[in-house]
Amino acid sequence: MKIRKNAYFITGGILSAILTVIIVTGLFWTPYSTTAMNAQEKLQPPSWKHILGTDNFGRDVFSRVMEGAGTSLIIALLVVVIGCVCGIVFGSLCGYFGGAADLILMRICDAITAFPAMLLALVIVSLTGGGAGNIVLALGILFIPSFTRVVRTEYASCRDLNYINAARLMGVSNPRILYAHILPNTLSVLIPTITIGFNNAILAEASLSFLGIGIQPPQASLGSMLKDSQNYLASAPWYALGAGGAIVLMILAVSLLSEGVQQGTCRI
Amino acid sequence: MSRRIYALLLSSAILSCALGAGPGATMTIADEAGSASSGDAELVVGLPQDLDNSLDPYQITAAGTREVLFNVYEGLVKPDTDGNFVDAVASAHEISEDGLTYTFTLRKGVLFHNGDEVTIDDVLYSFDTCAATTTNSAVEAALSDIQDITADGEDVVITLASANSSFLSTVSSVTIVPASYKDQATAPVGTGPFKFDSYSPQDKAVLVRNDDYYGDKPALAKVTCRIFDDANALYTALDSGALDMAFHLTVDQAGSLSNGYEVSEGEMNLVQALYLNNANPPFNDERVRQALCYAVDKDMLLDLTEDGHGAKLGSSVYPSFRKYFAEDLVDAYPYDPAKAAELLQEAGAEGLTFTIKVPSNYTQHVDTANVLVEMFAAAGINAVIEKVEWNSWLENVYKGRDFEATVIGFDAAYLSPDALLQRWVSDNGSNFIGYSSPEYDAAMENAHTSAKDEEQVEAYKEAQKILSDTAANVYLQDLADFVALNPEFTGYEFYPLYAVDFSRIHPAS
Amino acid sequence: MKQIVKKLISLIITLLLVSLLAFLAFQIIPGDPTTKLLGTNATPEKAAELRSELGLDRPVLVRYLEWLGGFVRGEFGTSYTYRRDVGELLADKLPVTALLTVMSFILTVIISIPLGIWTGRTRSKAADHISVILDQILMAVPPFFFGMLACYFFGIVLKWFTPGAYVALSESVPGCLGYLVLPALSLALPRIAMTVRMLRSSIQTELTQDYVYTARSRGLSEWGVLRRHILRNAMIPVVTFLAVSAAEIMTGTIIIEQVFTIPGLGRLLISSIGNRDFPVVQAIVVILATWIIIVYYIADLLNHWMDPRLRTD
Repeated sequence: MKIRKNAYFITGGILSAILTVIIVTGLFWTPYSTTAMNAQEKLQPPSWKHILGTDNFGRDVFSRVMEGAGTSLIIALLVVVIGCVCGIVFGSLCGYFGGAADLILMRICDAITAFPAMLLALVIVSLTGGGAGNIVLALGILFIPSFTRVVRTEYASCRDLNYINAARLMGVSNPRILYAHILPNTLSVLIPTITIGFNNAILAEASLSFLGIGIQPPQASLGSMLKDSQNYLASAPWYALGAGGAIVLMILAVSLLSEGVQQGTCRI
Repeated sequence: MSRRIYALLLSSAILSCALGAGPGATMTIADEAGSASSGDAELVVGLPQDLDNSLDPYQITAAGTREVLFNVYEGLVKPDTDGNFVDAVASAHEISEDGLTYTFTLRKGVLFHNGDEVTIDDVLYSFDTCAATTTNSAVEAALSDIQDITADGEDVVITLASANSSFLSTVSSVTIVPASYKDQATAPVGTGPFKFDSYSPQDKAVLVRNDDYYGDKPALAKVTCRIFDDANALYTALDSGALDMAFHLTVDQAGSLSNGYEVSEGEMNLVQALYLNNANPPFNDERVRQALCYAVDKDMLLDLTEDGHGAKLGSSVYPSFRKYFAEDLVDAYPYDPAKAAELLQEAGAEGLTFTIKVPSNYTQHVDTANVLVEMFAAAGINAVIEKVEWNSWLENVYKGRDFEATVIGFDAAYLSPDALLQRWVSDNGSNFIGYSSPEYDAAMENAHTSAKDEEQVEAYKEAQKILSDTAANVYLQDLADFVALNPEFTGYEFYPLYAVDFSRIHPAS
Repeated sequence: MKQIVKKLISLIITLLLVSLLAFLAFQIIPGDPTTKLLGTNATPEKAAELRSELGLDRPVLVRYLEWLGGFVRGEFGTSYTYRRDVGELLADKLPVTALLTVMSFILTVIISIPLGIWTGRTRSKAADHISVILDQILMAVPPFFFGMLACYFFGIVLKWFTPGAYVALSESVPGCLGYLVLPALSLALPRIAMTVRMLRSSIQTELTQDYVYTARSRGLSEWGVLRRHILRNAMIPVVTFLAVSAAEIMTGTIIIEQVFTIPGLGRLLISSIGNRDFPVVQAIVVILATWIIIVYYIADLLNHWMDPRLRTD
């Protein structure tokens, strides 16, 4: 697959590259300690010393954003990977073959979708204990149905197309038809779904923080920072803007890239 | 998530810097309020939590509910702003020399909010019902000590099996309710200055003036309590002027209020500490517990969490208890990380690692835990935070005692040091840290049996000192509490217990 | 007809599954409603008494079946915490959440469909770029963050509206609708961006298909081609997406209700989970599930109706 260069792809690429550098750097080094507190520098507005200001413990917001973005990125990526891989497998089988398995799997998907995410997350966390790994697990399960549904619809509308029939007549194996022939054609729908999924995964992590079952402090995630910053919205809006802005930039980078890929692969 | 405030936790009441305006000044205000009783002033108040329990006075567990219904329910006596008990439904009370017999004279012509007159039977019914149904084990215990309660004309005579110097506080928590009325849980009827008008869960509760009130009638015709469970939303509503009053504001909110509301400062009246599981390793070793105490810089903690407001604590009693508060214990363990390391080494606990479980809905406790982790790290102690959902905390930490350390605050459910100290007696059911000290038990026993006030005070102080000496917990602070009031109104006063008295508030003009 | 009956049965099965899941969830998560009701000062005897009064001491399955029996008769039970009939409690909350969801969904549809069609067909490069950039940015702002920003700018800085000063529908209809505009918009904005983007790329893909050329060569007007051919196909994934949106908006209200302090189902759900108020949680779970399942069913029906290829089975 060759991608034609376009403005979105380039912008998204540059933004992603910058964010990646910042996040990767954040894993090894931050301008200030992400945990050391300083009572004299509480809730300082942005300055040359602290470009995103400081939080309620006098910690450098930029340093914490660097760490938090890494945490959130890893969680979101893993969640999307779990959701997407399982979704493609279930969705393709359901959409292509249909039948009883389709019916049963879709009912289960319905039940998971229809079940309040919070309650499910609470159950999983109380079964397995808190922490990043279990959050990934809980959210991953929650994300499977949406991918399954989208993939299934695509497969159902593709299965009787001429080129698929032709492939079948030529004796191409089912797995090959499913994943070599049809899958590339679902990309135009799958890529936005992945983008939305990534967006939702970051958001879901933030929602869990709101329930108090997210990341454990003092580790930072963008969601937990945003939740903490809410109490200081009036006196220190930069705190919320730092954490929220990072979320927006991350999502933006990913969706620009996906837009670029889509436009680049458009068969015009 | 919501910041619910439960009985276990905290509270309002505050030893205000404005307490200088003594009882005299208060009376003047009340008189003015009385003359303005025909006014139709309406106060809109923001509540930081829902009234989500039964509203039956004996079933109330949430401190935030108690605080509002303080205006609706009254006992034979009720507390005033100085922590004394004044007559309410009773017009006079008398205590015998030996402290065993209490005689209350029923006030004439007191009407319940449903229009019925309060009778002796209602009083007896209230005591019976309270004893049988109260959810407060301490009140239940105090009432079970009543040998005899009888009506004598317009008097109620209570005879105790043994003297109890804090019995009036128990009497004040037995609110007088009509014997024939069955809907207290949803539509409270009491004798207080305000009637309970309506309640819509998670939305609002409305109180209206009781025009038949026997005392000074409130100046406010109506108090609407809007329910928030998000501190931030409450704050923005307050700042925009949609609310006239809010309590339990944080130092940051109080400081950034831009609408010119008057802010009063007090303390939350709670004992915030790092509670340690004394029953299990590593904290069954006194030296390890003391090491933690030396590793905490309380002044820094106050600076970080409260901008230096609030009050340092050294034991299980907070400053509003005045004469009972052992102030000298506050700095019993000065900040000394080297000494902490030494003690740990002595105990063979170098590289100590433990988990602090903290209820996620209480931002103030989570913040404190955050600061503690940093301070412990500086002393070579590795503490890890585990935020848990509130109900799980109650089940696993408080009831199940499955924890190493936890940050929480305890408030006093009634105005007696027992409310804070009785918990740590070895065989107390609520002794969730498994504290066991024969000396402590003896000191508490002493406090209960001393006939003289000074002796009792000394015994309570001795008990506090034992808690401090044995480093039962790492005592931290009583958090600052802020109240904001629209300058169009005035008259707010802090109580030394959980209460917001709307009857004293009146238009400023 | 047979189809509908089949669907109805599967809907009921899903609902049963969901309600059983919720019930089991309550067996798994630690915590006990009596702790909340009695406070921490109560004696164990009092707690045991209340447990038996609430029927919590009986076997799990018996309680589930009893709940189910009551539910079928239209009785939702009594809330442990509020001591009120659950149906009565929900009667206040459901309309608020429903209104918010509907407002948000209507905003999504009426803004995104025309915008999507327009940007999908436009030949203007500049318009295309602007719409893509706007899309990308809007899509990147989480509703919850937008809500916080709205509270800050419109509430604290501009003071145009008062976060938290929710006006009940019964008090003032315009007041209530006015208060709900920002929350509804917070929920709708990213959805609008996503729908526009999906519709645009879908239309652009269809525009390159052979049948479009055929239709054009048969002399159909551009509008006719669009309406009769392109949209029919382009809307298939979009309709599925909108259905998912309708469901996700409803679940999104849970967090948005917290941010804007709206007394709806979401806030009640969260506090009831915290209070272990099982009858309330169960009722809300079933309501949300019913909504989601029905919405997906409608999406399926629309899909079948629009895409003849799916009708064959």
